Amino acid sequence: MRPVYLDNNATTRVDPAVVEAMLPFFTEQFGNPSSIHSFGASVGQSVKKARQQLQQLLGAEHDHEIIYTASGTEADNTAILSTLEAMPGRNEIITSAVEHPAVLALCQHLEKSGRAKVHYIGVDSLGRLDLEAYRSALSDKVALVTLMWANNETGTIFPIEALAELAKEVGALFHTDAVQAVGKVPIVLKGSAIDMLSLSGHKLHAPKGIGALYVKRGARFKPLLRGGHQERGRRAGTENTPGIVGLGKAAELAITHMADEQTRVKELRDRLEKAILQRVPNCFVNGDVRERLPNTTNIAFEYVEGEAILLHLTRQGIAASSGSACTSGSLEPSHVMRAMNVPFTAAHGSIRFSLSRDNVPEDVDQVIEALPKILENLRELSPFWAGANKGPTEFKPVYA
Amino acid sequence: MWDYSDKVKDYFFNPKNAGALVEANAVGEVGAISCGDALKLMLKVDPETEVIQDARFQTFGCGSAIASSSALTDMIIGKTLQEAITITNQDIADFLGGLPPEKMHCSVMGYEALQAAIANFRGEEWHDDHEEGALVCKCFGVDEGMIERAVRMNKLTTIEQITDYTKAGGGCLTCFDKLEEVLAKVNAELVAEGILAAHEAYSLGAADAAEIKAKAKAKKDAEREAAPPTSPLAPASPLPPPSAGMTNLKKMRLIEEAIEELRPYLKKDGGDCELIDVDGNNVMVSLTGACTGCQMASVTVSGIQERLIAKLGVPVRVVPVKSHVH
Ligand code: FES
Repeated sequence: MRPVYLDNNATTRVDPAVVEAMLPFFTEQFGNPSSIHSFGASVGQSVKKARQQLQQLLGAEHDHEIIYTASGTEADNTAILSTLEAMPGRNEIITSAVEHPAVLALCQHLEKSGRAKVHYIGVDSLGRLDLEAYRSALSDKVALVTLMWANNETGTIFPIEALAELAKEVGALFHTDAVQAVGKVPIVLKGSAIDMLSLSGHKLHAPKGIGALYVKRGARFKPLLRGGHQERGRRAGTENTPGIVGLGKAAELAITHMADEQTRVKELRDRLEKAILQRVPNCFVNGDVRERLPNTTNIAFEYVEGEAILLHLTRQGIAASSGSACTSGSLEPSHVMRAMNVPFTAAHGSIRFSLSRDNVPEDVDQVIEALPKILENLRELSPFWAGANKGPTEFKPVYA
Repeated sequence: MWDYSDKVKDYFFNPKNAGALVEANAVGEVGAISCGDALKLMLKVDPETEVIQDARFQTFGCGSAIASSSALTDMIIGKTLQEAITITNQDIADFLGGLPPEKMHCSVMGYEALQAAIANFRGEEWHDDHEEGALVCKCFGVDEGMIERAVRMNKLTTIEQITDYTKAGGGCLTCFDKLEEVLAKVNAELVAEGILAAHEAYSLGAADAAEIKAKAKAKKDAEREAAPPTSPLAPASPLPPPSAGMTNLKKMRLIEEAIEELRPYLKKDGGDCELIDVDGNNVMVSLTGACTGCQMASVTVSGIQERLIAKLGVPVRVVPVKSHVH
């Protein structure tokens, strides 16, 4: 059985061309880019080239607006902590209820330790930001607005450029966690009101352990890591040169594959989604189907639990993921599903399929083939499902 | 994913005795959909001999919940009710070659369904203890009886174990003190009965409560790192004590007033809110209509909390409780 990987929002396979580009930087090209001698100088050139490749992917005005980090999480943390320090007199943060933990956990910590007041903007049942609430939270006390470009669980896209404009009006800095969006949707930072943007290498076919933070020229910034002049003193620590070169190559490849993501990958996703909705009763798509990443579909299967579905998929060689509480070891369903008010019977049974340019039509076929039977079997087991009339029951357990 | 035993996998992938049992004369339905699991156990019992002739299950839940239910049916078919009633959740877990600690509550659900079904056969109303004892953990709707039983039957000696077996304490952890109290009490009983060695027992003050609390929190934080967190709108941090200036009576009045002011808004959205009790900084309210799920996290709760804080000028924490547990 051919393994089918549909969990690309979790991580992607490193592109062989990226691996190839990286290899010399473990061997001949081992020099420290900060060194004057020739060993370092040529490496320094490669680091600069990678920066330009990223600049292109992001449509940034200057290559030095890119700061390499070790991960998307580090980029997010840097953006938030830097802003709090750089904007004296302002101590409020606006974010959303559906952000990635890299943003949410830090905001909660800052709130708890009394370092910031945080506004968590809610979403509607389609995962769209509550614009009314956003507007009314904006004030001259707000230091930073941090909102994700695209949601990792549902793929729902926020209107980031417009949201950034609003933040600018009150003089707040605007950061976006674009970890899921970069490489999948076109981004042009030049001329936008976006001050900072985070990205992560391993979500776009570069290796793990490398990420980047874009900081618009002129935006106030305070480094998170001190102790060296690397990255123009904005992020100390000897550069991860193989990772940087790999990220640069991955950015270059992402530009050439962007059209593929928007067309072929999207068509595969749409075919998968349509077939599932047609063949499996009582399921629906979570999130905003129109404003959405081209590679993601998150489907709620009513009356069954997500881990049970995943176990069956895994046995058939299919890798996907679930927001189900039982899978992760936490006892609560995903905060994204809760924020969207997805009913419990469906939230517990939500499965995310995330594709990439590595996927082929047969992958999708395999899932379409396997899934209806899995759901049928699991629903046979469910007290909420009456097999005979293929519909939900009136089951009401004790202490519900 | 989880490291399930081969037997768990087998019972999950090839569940025995699944589906509805039309001629069932004993049915037990337990679980909480909001927390992700529910089980309907159906038995056909010979009225003369009280032998369980057939057993079927329907389960909404994860791999181990389905495996536990199926294993239970296999374990009880052919037994008399008298024999079956002695089966504990640990027996179910043992039968399956063990369960991951975080999944022990799946076997507890099996145990409860069996007790409920037997009560149902005998024409008794099964009291799951969730009604009798006071609700200890509001996040997961777990009461004293269930915790006591879990501690007793499984000889639990730590708070973390209680969370693994019953889910209690897996949320906001405001129930910590009470959990500790129940644990110490039952452990002391077990020691007196010679079931537990004295040095194993958890006793109040023997360990530093704050330390255990911090540990539980650290574990939870680690889980959060790995998994999406709960709604950030949850009142997470313990709040400082209210300013000394206000009398309790005055505070109570203000709270009542604030809630009365809010109710029209909630009603407009099809919800309602009732003040149940005030205990120190905790304002217990019962919510209806709006999200009344198993967690405290909801926009409504934080909205009410914000209003109360604004009105009182002192920090309070709004705790949603169930006005009636059914
Ligand atoms: S965890 Fe028990 S009340 Fe919240």
